[in-house]
Order: sequence, then structure tokens, then C-alpha cells
Amino acid sequence: MPMDSNAVISEIKKGFILDSIKKGKRIDGRSLTDFREIKITENFIPKACGSAMVELGKTKVVAGIKIEEGTPFPDSPESGVMALNIELLPMAFPTFESGPPSEQAIEYSRVVDRGIRESNVIDTSKLVIEPGEKVWMVYIDIDVLNYDGNIIDACTLAAVSALKNAIVPASKYGGEDFKLPVNALPVSVTMAKIGDELVCDPDLEEEQVSNGRITVTMAEDNHIHAMQKGDVGEFSLDEIRKAIKTSSDIGSKIREKYLR
Amino acid sequence: MEGNIKLINDDGLRLDGRAFNEMRPIKIQTGVIEKADGSAFIEWGANKIIVAVYVREAYPKHTQNMDRAIVKARYNMAGFSVEERKRPGPDRRTMEISKVVSEALSSAIILEKLPRVEIDVFIEVLEADAGTRIASLTASSVAVADAGVPMRDLVVGCTAGKADGRVVLDLSKDEDNYGQADIPMAILPRTGKVVLLQIDGDVSEEEFDQATSMMMNAMKDISKIQRDALMSKYSIEDGE
Repeated sequence: MPMDSNAVISEIKKGFILDSIKKGKRIDGRSLTDFREIKITENFIPKACGSAMVELGKTKVVAGIKIEEGTPFPDSPESGVMALNIELLPMAFPTFESGPPSEQAIEYSRVVDRGIRESNVIDTSKLVIEPGEKVWMVYIDIDVLNYDGNIIDACTLAAVSALKNAIVPASKYGGEDFKLPVNALPVSVTMAKIGDELVCDPDLEEEQVSNGRITVTMAEDNHIHAMQKGDVGEFSLDEIRKAIKTSSDIGSKIREKYLR
Repeated sequence: MEGNIKLINDDGLRLDGRAFNEMRPIKIQTGVIEKADGSAFIEWGANKIIVAVYVREAYPKHTQNMDRAIVKARYNMAGFSVEERKRPGPDRRTMEISKVVSEALSSAIILEKLPRVEIDVFIEVLEADAGTRIASLTASSVAVADAGVPMRDLVVGCTAGKADGRVVLDLSKDEDNYGQADIPMAILPRTGKVVLLQIDGDVSEEEFDQATSMMMNAMKDISKIQRDALMSKYSIEDGE
């Protein structure tokens, strides 16, 4: 959530959002667990090895994947490399600035990275060309083009969708191109605590009135692969258990509908 | 990585001899940095972390918040704190830790009491041996209290994780490296509300419940160590 003064919300609107959520409905008509409309455009950037544009309501992100040959890290000679980075572009929001990544961008990147890495979407042991010498490096870069809340879920969806259609460009190096093997389809579900309720996929205004955020990323195994409590705020253990259940329910629906 | 490392032996004990629900020893001392408004030194197993707190008018001025204090924790690792030298300066990991620690402390501090103020929490990890973010937060909250900042409660943290597929308390370095999950958590002990929680790895719902109930228990003891550290600064030693 941008903490800057540009991101203020009027008390009247805040009251309206809170009252509405107390009654179980959100001001845009969604139920507490509804996501905004999701639109995924795969292969949006043909020059990339894999790509996807994701629109989550008005939030818009593009993930592009570049796969190159490189040398493995000395401590893991028999494993390819995956790196994920989210750029909060200055065009995406009035208070986003160019320059080195903000704490906010770094936190988002790391939460999305963990969800993908820990659910073993890519089996890095299969990305070895010559052990200790040459491996495939998978760079996932995500540009946030318009910020209207819930970057984490938009970026996880974009990254997984892009990985699904990624091709390893082995022919550039004298081999034969092959499809990047994808083992899991993790979905992150982020909830904002507003009043005493947890609401899924908060938009910007909801983020601004929330007291804390919680993200739970699960794969097909229904296990938690990443979780992050973010922003200032507190959750009871019961709320966290509820968040896990919601992520499991809503996440599997999103997986079936948009990632299969 | 190396799946064949055995973290729990046939007697159910861990590599360092602890039971699955046993903590490493923890020691906290306050008032260790004379210049700072508040400070604390924590030894948590082989972790050695020192925290200093400065409470002052926020600068530059435009960062001031007219109705509350802002909390800026900076988690930093000394070059010599880990096996391979850590390159000085912030990286993605340390910046994320600084952020989640700042947010957890913000939930405990009564920010409205200190408008326009900045609470700088400088965390220096002198020796790292798994669990530094939680040890840092646990020490930071003592250091903030030591600085006389009004607080709702002392944030207390703990970690759990999985070693050889089993839920264990307070991960050691090996368990952190070769285990299957890492779960740092911190609460406000009076209400039990969670102010920091991260998971990475592979955790089922049942395992999550096991881990949290183990941590909730352990945090009672750690809370007491925090309180004792604060109290002992003001107690008069016998026999002097």
C-alpha cells in the first residue's frame, strides 16, 4: 500500500467502504471473497521466451521471461537459476518513482518469488546443460503498468501464465528448442483486513482503508508454499486459519478457470 | 539440495541434541549502547544481535507525520556474521526484513503519542545462525521499550519449520538450509494477535496448526526473558 500523502482517501468514502463490508458487500458489488474480473493474454510479447499480460480489474501487469545460458551458482552446480523481479513503474501510480526498487517493490517481488520457487513450478535440476559449467537461467521480469491494488496476485498469475507458455531457446546455442517444463500451478490469494472482515483481492481504495494484508500461496497439493503478513496491522490465529481456507477454496477455482 | 542429510536421529533428537519442541537458549541484555536512547543485545543460540534505538524528530521534515510517529527499522548484517563474507549494504533480503520488522513494531508502539517523531531502530547482526529476523525483532521491541517509547505490548517472536518432514521449533542453521519449511511468527502476547508471519516451503494446514501451537507456547517463555531483561536494568543487586 502506498503510504504517501497522495494516496489519501476521504473519511466519507472510508466510512462507506467499511459500512458496506460490514454488511457483507463491497462498494463495487463484489462479495467478500470475489476477485475482480481477471483477463490473461498469453504470449503478449512474442520476443520474450514466455509472456503474459494480466488485468485484475484495473490493475495491469506484464510478465516476460528471458531464458539464457549461464554459469550456475558455485553452491548449486547441478541446478538452473530462476530470478524474479517486479518493477513498479513510475507510470503505474502518481507516487511511484524511478530509481532503485522501493521496499514495497522488493517485498512484492520476494513474496511472488517464494510462491513460485517453493511450489517447484520449474524443476531447476532439469535446466542443467553441463553440471557445474552451463545451466539455463530463467529471468522472470514483471512490469506493473497500472496500480489499482493487489499487485501480488496479479504478478503471481502473470508469472505462472508466462512460465506455462515459455520456450527454452536452445536453438540459439546449437540445440533444439523445448518447452519449459512446468510442474505446478501455484495461485496466490491476498486478503485485506477491513474492519473485522477479510476481503479477497482488495482494490486500491480497499488497501487504503485496510489494517493489514495477508497472502497465502498454494499449489495443487493444497499446501502453503508462501505466506506473508504485510503492512501494519494484526491478525488473530483464527483469521489466519480462515485466510488459509479461503486461499485453498478461491485459489483452486482460479487455477481451474484461468491456468488449466 | 542434499536430501540425504539426516536432521533428526533415531532417538528423535536433532543434530544439536535438541528435542523437536526445544528452543535454543536465549539471553537478552538492555542498555548496551550508551549513546542510544534504548538498546538491547540478544544471544539466541549462536545468533548475536545488537539493537540501538534513537527517538527523534523525523528528518527530512517532509517525512514527518503530523499525527503519529514513524518507525524505521534497519536490519544490517556485519560482513563477518556469516560463513561467506556478506557484502556490506542493503540487499533484497535485508530490505524485506527491515520492512516486516518495522511493520511489526509499528503495531506495538502507540504511534499517536509521538507525532512528528521518527523511531530509528538500528539492528546489527554480528553473528548469524538461523532465525535472525525473529531474534532481531524480539530484541528490537526490548530496545524500543528501553528507550521509553509508549507501547501496547512487547512484540515477541519465534520460528518453527520442518526438518525431515517433521514440524520442529526454532530452526537451526542446518534445518533452515536442508529442511522443508521456515515459519517465522511474532505476536503481541497480551492479545495473541499476529504481527509478523511468513512462510516459505511446503506446509499443510495441520502442520501449520502444529507449528503455531508450539510457537505460542515457546513465546510465553521468551516474553518472560524480555520482561526480565527490562526489569533487571532497574533492580538493585543484592549484597552490594
